Amino acid sequence: MHEFLFGIYPYICLSVLLVGSIVRYERDPFTWKSSSSQLLRRKQLIAGSVMFHVGVLIVFFGHLVGLLTPIEIFDILGIGHSFKQILAIVVGGLAGILALAGGLMLLHRRLSDPRIRRTSSFADIGILVLLVVQLILGLGTIFISVQHLEGGQMVAFMAWSLGIFTFDFNAASYIATAHPIFKIHIFLGLTIFLLFPFTRLVHMLSAPVGYIFRPGYQIVRSRRNVATVESNRGAGRQG
Amino acid sequence: MKIRAQIGKVLNLDKCIGCHTCSVTCKNVWTSRDGVEYAWFNNVETKPGIGYPKNWEDQSKWNGGWERTKSGTLQPKQGSKWRILAKIFGNPDLPEIDDYYEPFDFDYDNLKSAPEMEAFPTARPRSKITGERIEKIEWGPNWEEILGGEFEKRSKDTNFEGVQKEIYGEYENTFMMYLPRLCEHCLNPSCTASCPSGAIYKREEDGIVLIDQEQCRGWRMCVSGCPYKKIYYNWATGKSEKCTFCYPRIESGSPTVCSETCVGRIRYLGVILYDADRIHEAANSADPKDLYRAQLDLFLDPNDPSIRRQALADGVSEDWLEAATRSPVWKMAVDWKVAFPLHPEYRTLPMVWYVPPLSPIQNASEKSLIDMDREIPDVRSLRIPVRYLANMLTAGDEQPIVTALERMLAMRVFMRAKTVEGVVDESIAERVGLTAETIDEMYRIMALADYDDRFVIPTTHRENVEDAHFLRGGCGFTDGNACSTGISQGSLFGGGARQLAIPEDGR
Repeated sequence: MHEFLFGIYPYICLSVLLVGSIVRYERDPFTWKSSSSQLLRRKQLIAGSVMFHVGVLIVFFGHLVGLLTPIEIFDILGIGHSFKQILAIVVGGLAGILALAGGLMLLHRRLSDPRIRRTSSFADIGILVLLVVQLILGLGTIFISVQHLEGGQMVAFMAWSLGIFTFDFNAASYIATAHPIFKIHIFLGLTIFLLFPFTRLVHMLSAPVGYIFRPGYQIVRSRRNVATVESNRGAGRQG
Repeated sequence: MKIRAQIGKVLNLDKCIGCHTCSVTCKNVWTSRDGVEYAWFNNVETKPGIGYPKNWEDQSKWNGGWERTKSGTLQPKQGSKWRILAKIFGNPDLPEIDDYYEPFDFDYDNLKSAPEMEAFPTARPRSKITGERIEKIEWGPNWEEILGGEFEKRSKDTNFEGVQKEIYGEYENTFMMYLPRLCEHCLNPSCTASCPSGAIYKREEDGIVLIDQEQCRGWRMCVSGCPYKKIYYNWATGKSEKCTFCYPRIESGSPTVCSETCVGRIRYLGVILYDADRIHEAANSADPKDLYRAQLDLFLDPNDPSIRRQALADGVSEDWLEAATRSPVWKMAVDWKVAFPLHPEYRTLPMVWYVPPLSPIQNASEKSLIDMDREIPDVRSLRIPVRYLANMLTAGDEQPIVTALERMLAMRVFMRAKTVEGVVDESIAERVGLTAETIDEMYRIMALADYDDRFVIPTTHRENVEDAHFLRGGCGFTDGNACSTGISQGSLFGGGARQLAIPEDGR
């Protein structure tokens, strides 16, 4: 069971995440959106959404860098395991609390406001609940982490996640002895990856950072200068 | 110089009777769907009033349009690109649906299905969002129709700036006019500039501004970016929508639905040539009062041979140039200078222009003036204050408005002399800087307004951009599902997830 959940399930989740997202983007681009509900109710949205997103972004990139950077790089940079763990606990903890506060506000709004409730799909509510639970679990792991600050457990998780991405078939065994709350947290995280393409979460893949680099402000599309055959490849599309 | 062509539009407010046919036909064609019940791509407002959505003209509140910074650069009023991205999680400038109105329908079924009772059965309102009962409808898309509501509230209208507005609250001095509004299809659109996804674009060949529905991610910056509040967020699909200028009709040479069905025949469509290279410079004029002139300077004379040569070189076709010479928009905006852009101070260089309305002479004592033969009354004695119109159409510059109103009055006086007395009085035309011949044409275009004079729309040259061979077996409009009907009944990706709470017969 452990072998399946942490050795095989990650591949299922990542495959669905990758293929599902590509298929959705290709086949159903109209559904690719952030699904903002701000128009219907401004109350609680601005504070809740800003706190949630800022917190989650910090937590997300913290996990990304913390888990997927080979441990040798930290060693070369002279960042101690213990220091890294404390840094992760402090920054991740604060950001997690911020995200959780925002997430709870958004969840309260989504469930209690009739306009938002009635216009929410099952997936909208479900994924928000999962994210809030995941934040609570993530914050819960801090209580375990502070009991062993030497960083050994953290290095094991790094080895596991790197192992997954380097097709190390023993990856699951690295975290066999981890505390159950970590395991649940990881399992739920993988499940969120699995559900990703089927929910509004896809909007994060189109985070509009390119806007900053767009030359000027205006966009003019021309059909005139496009080579005839080229334009007909996308004939169904406007432009 | 880079010459482009655009199908521009003029609305002759002097003839608008406020019948809302344009709004209703537009709604039936474009927005009779879930999620955009509240959206009116075309609406008609009674002025003075705060309009739809509430106070849309008050950019100190909504931050729409552009602003010229102290250093002289042009940027969206809601902020530079960084500032816009920083607002992406929660947009402080976005209106709430209540600023438009909460869409509603009525329990019509109750009228026939109610049991026998003492009181007559009624059809009570119900929210189209939640399906719940609305006890009292507090606001609607045309709440101020024909000066409905207290003057106190309507006088928040920002066009009153610099006008002693108190007296216009008095019954004897009151005035009103209609203002039909739609997307302005601007030369310098701030919606396009605000869109982080790059989904909004202006079409080079006819200037129509569209939203690519497959590229829109619902970041909703365009809604706040547009100073005219003519982009609507569809809360059911999560995408923004706007007036399409009925582009499938325009492409085939037909007028937009609102223009086609206009009962008062106030709407005109025609080609305008403009210099795309100078757009930014014009939009960045230091003094807002220069913006009207600067935009006029962008328009290029289709009768000028050198302009024609350049236009052909830039890809404008011969028949479009021919149409441009007959364009009613060019005539009213440039030749006769009786049409003006709506709120040029937003710096978007709008392409839907307006002929200001005449109004009755204010004082009874001066009334005798208008009875005097061939006398053009003072336009400042008209009931609608010139300053009010100037605030709306020329960023507060009264002179162009005065000239336009005088020309329109002169046209009336001239034509009365001609048709009643049979006298062609050239001096009337000369007094307003026109010739008898021009007034005759003004009369033909503006007063008679035959269909062929109102709509001079060349067709799009699809043969240049499409090879029909590759279109065989293709489909028309779908939502991206290749050859489906465009309606996704069930989908892995959230299609059809949002079902309206109202039963089908109540929708």
